[in-house]
Amino acid sequence: MALAQNLPPPTEADLKGGEAAYQFHCAFCHGKGDDGMAASLVSPRLPHAPSDSALLNVIRNGIPGSDMPAALGMTDTEVRQVAQFVRRLAQSARQKAPGDPRRGEQIYLGKGNCASCHMIRGSGERLGPDLSDIGARRGLAGLRASLVEPDASVTPGFVMVRATTAAGRQVSGIRVNENTFSIQIRDAGGRFHSLRKSDLKDLDRDAKSSMPSYKTLSPAELDDLVAYLYSLRGES
Amino acid sequence: MRIPFLLLTLAASLSAQVTYERIRNAAAEPGNWLTFSGNYFGHRHSPLKQITRQNAGSLKPVWVYQIDKTDKFETSPIVVDGVMYVSEPPSDVTALEAATGRPLWKYRRVLPDNMPVCCGKVNRGLAIWGGRLYLGSLDAHLVALDAQTGNVIWDIEVAPWKTGHTITVAPLIVKDKVIVGIAGGEFGVRGFLDAYDVTTGRRAWRFYTVPAAGEKGAETWKGDSYKYGSATTWVTGSYDPELNTIYWGTGNPGPDWNGATREGDNLYSDSIIAVDADTGKLKWHFQFTPHDVHDWDATQVPVLIDGAWKGRPRKLVLFANRNAFYYVLDRQTGEYLLGKQYVRQTWAKGLDEKGRPIRLPNTAPTEKGTLVYPNSPGATNFYAPSYSPSTRLLYVNTRDEGGVFYSSNDPYKEGSWFLAGRFISRPGEEARGAVKALDPETGAVRWEFPMYAPSWSGVLSTAGGLVFVGAHEGDFFALDDSTGKLLWRFPTGGRVFANPVTYLHEGRQQVAIAAGHAIFAFGFEGEK
Repeated sequence: MALAQNLPPPTEADLKGGEAAYQFHCAFCHGKGDDGMAASLVSPRLPHAPSDSALLNVIRNGIPGSDMPAALGMTDTEVRQVAQFVRRLAQSARQKAPGDPRRGEQIYLGKGNCASCHMIRGSGERLGPDLSDIGARRGLAGLRASLVEPDASVTPGFVMVRATTAAGRQVSGIRVNENTFSIQIRDAGGRFHSLRKSDLKDLDRDAKSSMPSYKTLSPAELDDLVAYLYSLRGES
Repeated sequence: MRIPFLLLTLAASLSAQVTYERIRNAAAEPGNWLTFSGNYFGHRHSPLKQITRQNAGSLKPVWVYQIDKTDKFETSPIVVDGVMYVSEPPSDVTALEAATGRPLWKYRRVLPDNMPVCCGKVNRGLAIWGGRLYLGSLDAHLVALDAQTGNVIWDIEVAPWKTGHTITVAPLIVKDKVIVGIAGGEFGVRGFLDAYDVTTGRRAWRFYTVPAAGEKGAETWKGDSYKYGSATTWVTGSYDPELNTIYWGTGNPGPDWNGATREGDNLYSDSIIAVDADTGKLKWHFQFTPHDVHDWDATQVPVLIDGAWKGRPRKLVLFANRNAFYYVLDRQTGEYLLGKQYVRQTWAKGLDEKGRPIRLPNTAPTEKGTLVYPNSPGATNFYAPSYSPSTRLLYVNTRDEGGVFYSSNDPYKEGSWFLAGRFISRPGEEARGAVKALDPETGAVRWEFPMYAPSWSGVLSTAGGLVFVGAHEGDFFALDDSTGKLLWRFPTGGRVFANPVTYLHEGRQQVAIAAGHAIFAFGFEGEK
């Protein structure tokens, strides 16, 4: 017998309780579900929560290595009710992006030159985060903010660093990992370098994103680009 | 029939009786770790010196004991005569053979469903006395277990869990009493410190850390806000047998981030309280952060030392506080002697001549958010500092991280969150940590060992000239206690939220720490 935990159909009280707990614990990042800085929840398929048991687990324990924290102080009932509320949210109508996704795709491939750093379903480069399902992972506000103000939040795992060893060798690239004693870097050629900090003379971290701001686009172009990214749901 | 030798030694060790006198004279038997901080003075220092600056580089893991839970593992083990007693999340207890890390028995507590719990289903350790272990359980009971079997001797309710009361603190044995604190400040409980008879479990006294209406200090709470005042007691305090005084830190006032409903200083939140061990009567208090709106619990371990202070001998208490200031008080009178910033902070211009912070404007949480250093986890937190009588330095694991504080209006509702706001880490900031060695008399930083991220590890110092501490990413390492130089490290691969201890196993020194979901014991020789 599978141990999958399926959510029971919610009562009105469950949805009310779930909404209240959602407002307290989740809305700060997820907004109304589709307009926050964090992942859009208005989607029939949540990448980290395809099943009910996975959803309960994500709410209870968070997503390690991401900004999604473990539920702080939610009771078992609240966790279940929030899950039920999130499933209900998923069925609500998605916000409509103001722009045109087809025109946005042309900007992505053309003047935006986005594919020179990002990958969508295996096409493009690895310097920035993969965008195949970015429309499922970011709400409209989050997508717009990362285009206009990329420095405001650099995705973990994409910080640019330059290390100089005591012997004078320089390694720059994306910081793959770091702790008190060592750093792992992937250079532009895709090669990994693991360096001991005790061997380093200098280590510069670029606090800013290596992504340019797209403030230079016209408001209509920006709307189109957002609409295109918003349409990327990881489905082929 | 030949009885295996091991069986004989086990039988002997499991029947060991720990008395108050033994705990009081813990320094005389450094092979054991008899109480939370290693001694009554909060030193977390061991006179053991088999592991030294010269040979620390050869330390190896001698065993690893994995737990079967995924909650944070915050235990500080007790070690008596070859047996290590650890509490596991949420409220389980295991006796391990210190030689092998093999479990001898296990107590598993079944908790009620739907408990309101802040900050993880954790437990920070046990107390031992007379062949009994004392566990404060998450559902706010105090449980006495038979140290030989793990069987329950008694199990009493300290407070109802439905109102948000929990116990995560390691109890402290003082004479014939077991002292235990309470958690649940984020649910607006009224904090207290309790003492129970070690034999019967009958309550001997309770000191409420928030005064009732009409009591002294009640005037520091607006209206009836004292009823939900929090000021919990979730980190083990210290004890001075000569003065017969217990020193214990108290938590933040509730609600955490909006002080409008509780105008006033909010005594005895964010304070150190000095209480008579026999009666629980308050002798004195010192409040570090009056009317706190940043969640800076003063739940750190008070460190008691006898030192020369401006030419005359004095009994002191050292306190490296979450609010980024280091304090020295006279522990007989509570007199403020020194205060000094030891980590970056942006909320106070300094301390006045009585040690009261001079607050800077525009540092309180708002609806739109206010950036303040340090953030809510503070300059340090629940994990233990260490004091070495050989270097006469205080070692503190520190955090440097800004937070954006938001306020809101949340009324009190029984068993529900009572925060009235929230905080987030400063967006885009890579926070840093450092182990700092403070000169107790001046608060000056003698050396510091920078860490990539702030860690949640306590510090252990030893007479071998070493300071042991864990990094957030899981490295457990040893520093030279007088220079801060790295001498040894081992990547455990699991985050550290615990305090290290050291002890002897068959005459050989081991050091142990909980990391990830395991206890790691280090020494020079593994099992053959």
